[in-house]
Amino acid sequence: MAREFMKGNEAIAEAAVRAGVAAYFGYPITPQTELLEYMSHRMPELGRAFVQAESELATINMVYGAACTGQRVMSSSSSPGVSLMMEGVSYIAGTEIPVVLVDVMRGGPGLGNIAPAQGDYNQIVHGGGHGDYHNIVLAPSNVQEAVDFTVLAFDLAEKYRSVTVVLLDGMLGQMMEPCELPPMKPMKTEFEDWAVNGAKGRERRFLTSINLDPAAQEVTNFRLLNRWQQVEANEIRYKKYFMEDARFAVVAYGSSGRISLSAVRAARAEGIPVGLIRPITVSPFPTAAIREASKDLQGMLVVEMSSGQMLEDVLAATRHNVPTEFFGRIGGMVPYPDEVLEEIRGLVKGPLTTEGHPRERWLKRMAERI
Amino acid sequence: MTTMQTENETLVYARPESLTNVSTHYCPGCTHGIAHRLIAEVIDEMGIRERMIGVASVGCSVFAYNYFNFDFVQAPHGRAPAMATGVKRVLPDKMVITYQGDGDMASIGMAEIVHAATRGENITVFFINNTNYGMTGGQMAPTTLPGQKTTSSIHGRDVETQGYPIRAAELLSQLDGSSYVVRRSLNDPKNVRLAKKAIRVALEVQARGLGFSMIEFLSICPTNWGMTPEASKKWLEEKMIPYYPLGDYKVHPAVAQIKI
Amino acid sequence: MQNEILIAGFGGQGVLFAGQLLAYAAMDEGKQVTWIPSYGPEMRGGTANCTVIISDEEIGSPLVSHPQAVIAMNRPSLDKYEPLVKPDGVLVVNTSMVDRKTTRTDIKVVEVDANAMAEKLGDKRMSNMVLLGALLGQLGVLPMKAIEHALQVHLPERHHSLLPKNYEALHEGAMMQALSI
Repeated sequence: MAREFMKGNEAIAEAAVRAGVAAYFGYPITPQTELLEYMSHRMPELGRAFVQAESELATINMVYGAACTGQRVMSSSSSPGVSLMMEGVSYIAGTEIPVVLVDVMRGGPGLGNIAPAQGDYNQIVHGGGHGDYHNIVLAPSNVQEAVDFTVLAFDLAEKYRSVTVVLLDGMLGQMMEPCELPPMKPMKTEFEDWAVNGAKGRERRFLTSINLDPAAQEVTNFRLLNRWQQVEANEIRYKKYFMEDARFAVVAYGSSGRISLSAVRAARAEGIPVGLIRPITVSPFPTAAIREASKDLQGMLVVEMSSGQMLEDVLAATRHNVPTEFFGRIGGMVPYPDEVLEEIRGLVKGPLTTEGHPRERWLKRMAERI
Repeated sequence: MTTMQTENETLVYARPESLTNVSTHYCPGCTHGIAHRLIAEVIDEMGIRERMIGVASVGCSVFAYNYFNFDFVQAPHGRAPAMATGVKRVLPDKMVITYQGDGDMASIGMAEIVHAATRGENITVFFINNTNYGMTGGQMAPTTLPGQKTTSSIHGRDVETQGYPIRAAELLSQLDGSSYVVRRSLNDPKNVRLAKKAIRVALEVQARGLGFSMIEFLSICPTNWGMTPEASKKWLEEKMIPYYPLGDYKVHPAVAQIKI
Repeated sequence: MQNEILIAGFGGQGVLFAGQLLAYAAMDEGKQVTWIPSYGPEMRGGTANCTVIISDEEIGSPLVSHPQAVIAMNRPSLDKYEPLVKPDGVLVVNTSMVDRKTTRTDIKVVEVDANAMAEKLGDKRMSNMVLLGALLGQLGVLPMKAIEHALQVHLPERHHSLLPKNYEALHEGAMMQALSI
């Protein structure tokens, strides 16, 4: 199959089109706007629905409405816009309908800037909206994965009646790489038995997230949780590099993951036995895989473009039993491989400890640098 | 026990098929029931029940989907027009309605209703104006009249600090995207008949793909107003109608052609 | 083997397109390649840059602190990136837009009066092609044929009459010699 040379944002858009997305709703925000722009001509050209909404608030509710019909539906945004969508995400989770969202993260908090960051991790992975629910979250680290995981996101969303988020940052959204696009999937013609699409010759249906009776809400929440256990059992994905003989490991996802790969290769060239674990599903998190791998390790380094949000999940996975250090650049700053290499050297040099918190030691190191 | 003799009698009144066979949770005297019934009757008359998709809002009518006997979704507060947009865009052949109160549509959902109207979304909005937030117990709404007492304007709405009421029909009629925007009242039989006629027109507008339609219904809320239903109707006539004049605010020329 | 090339200049000098051309050619040669721009307000008339990485294996970071090669199309770009070029790397300078000499002695420096050369060929806008040619002359990263092919495929149709001139610009650039140090 011929390779296309595409910008992350546009590759995701085309991948969604080929996965059979019937409707896209969005609102312009850098650094994801190319996705909206691409859809604005591509969707009408195929006779599919596209609306540039008045806000992300309206966007997510257009998504909500369209998804209630059983069609494949998506939106995309970047951090501040995603915050505005959180109300709707909670409703969608509570209504148990499939939706695909793309968050192209940028520097924050607040209006922040438009540079790449990974500061939405907690929002997307650990909540964001109110109430008890989980999103499936896929974190690509190159354009090919962005394509593949967008297609996968639709399948997982439908399989688990869940919000599935493709979580990336401005770097991957804006960069171009070769990728292979999947063939065009036929549009969905069979719809699930919950789909609201007109009660023709059948009992009426309704979709809602309201449950005034706490006992009934509890039943719903248990159902969501049971389904989540299925997701945890079946869908955890991650990628390992140079881990066979590794005594040390870097854990990093998305852009941080690929930047760390460069650093790990450079460290290997210096003879340091270090590998890389790159979570692909950051939710569900590869907890067991990291715990298992950590048993053979003398030390770990978590690298993020946030102040250590995934770090807490790694520490929970190793139950703080493995000496761990943290390195992050924040606010839209992107780490260079050199910086990560320096951190790997520092980790190996020691002292290796499970005392204290890696974030505190990182803050001390950063205080000397900035 | 007596057996009812129906032979040789004509059935003149029955529950519309578009209403479910349950009692509503609405307060005695509330006009939500009238609005529900009128909408259901028109849907039956048009034979479109199986094509209907309703969007319920947040407020007293949050459970509207329990009463209408067709497919329904339930929107977050204020977002019904956005949700309806989503439904309609993927199912353009279905009939999509929202049913919203004044807090929902004219306050928290003002952006969504204005933009749905300005896009000319081919949906129908039923807007219940009873000058207060009913479900939460009678707080000031964007439609509360100047001087009107509510639980969050206990000395009467002071326009100096709390602003003026919003006339939703007039406002939406100003948008080029809207095709049919009218205000009706549910206070007496004549107005109820006119309201039903407007519902028919609004749904015909959508069925013919003519764009955005909205009916504002002046409604009473005896419980939160602290009045009997009779006194409430009188208050509606004397206070609401002068502030919210009944009439057709936007009738697109193509809509004016509709004969029913 | 990994090649890292950073191209920097003013918005409008064809910085991003020169990088994309390189990237397309690399892809067509079966290489792994990344292209990443600086993005945002600075694209609008300010400085622009892009980094292209070409490799035989999965590319890690698309950004590097010390690129192997830099094309500096103006003075601010030279000031910013000259110190960052990897030792033994290549620095191509557009002397038409730069009013100082380079200072590094541990890298190959190619001085190109690119605007004048492009103008002589018929269009000042081809200065980016002259500079790209100069880079390729020093850094054997891709055959010139691959760039020409990419140009043919990706230059907008309406500019196709300019193709032969663009090839010429590339070739003239490639003939430029590095300064002897």
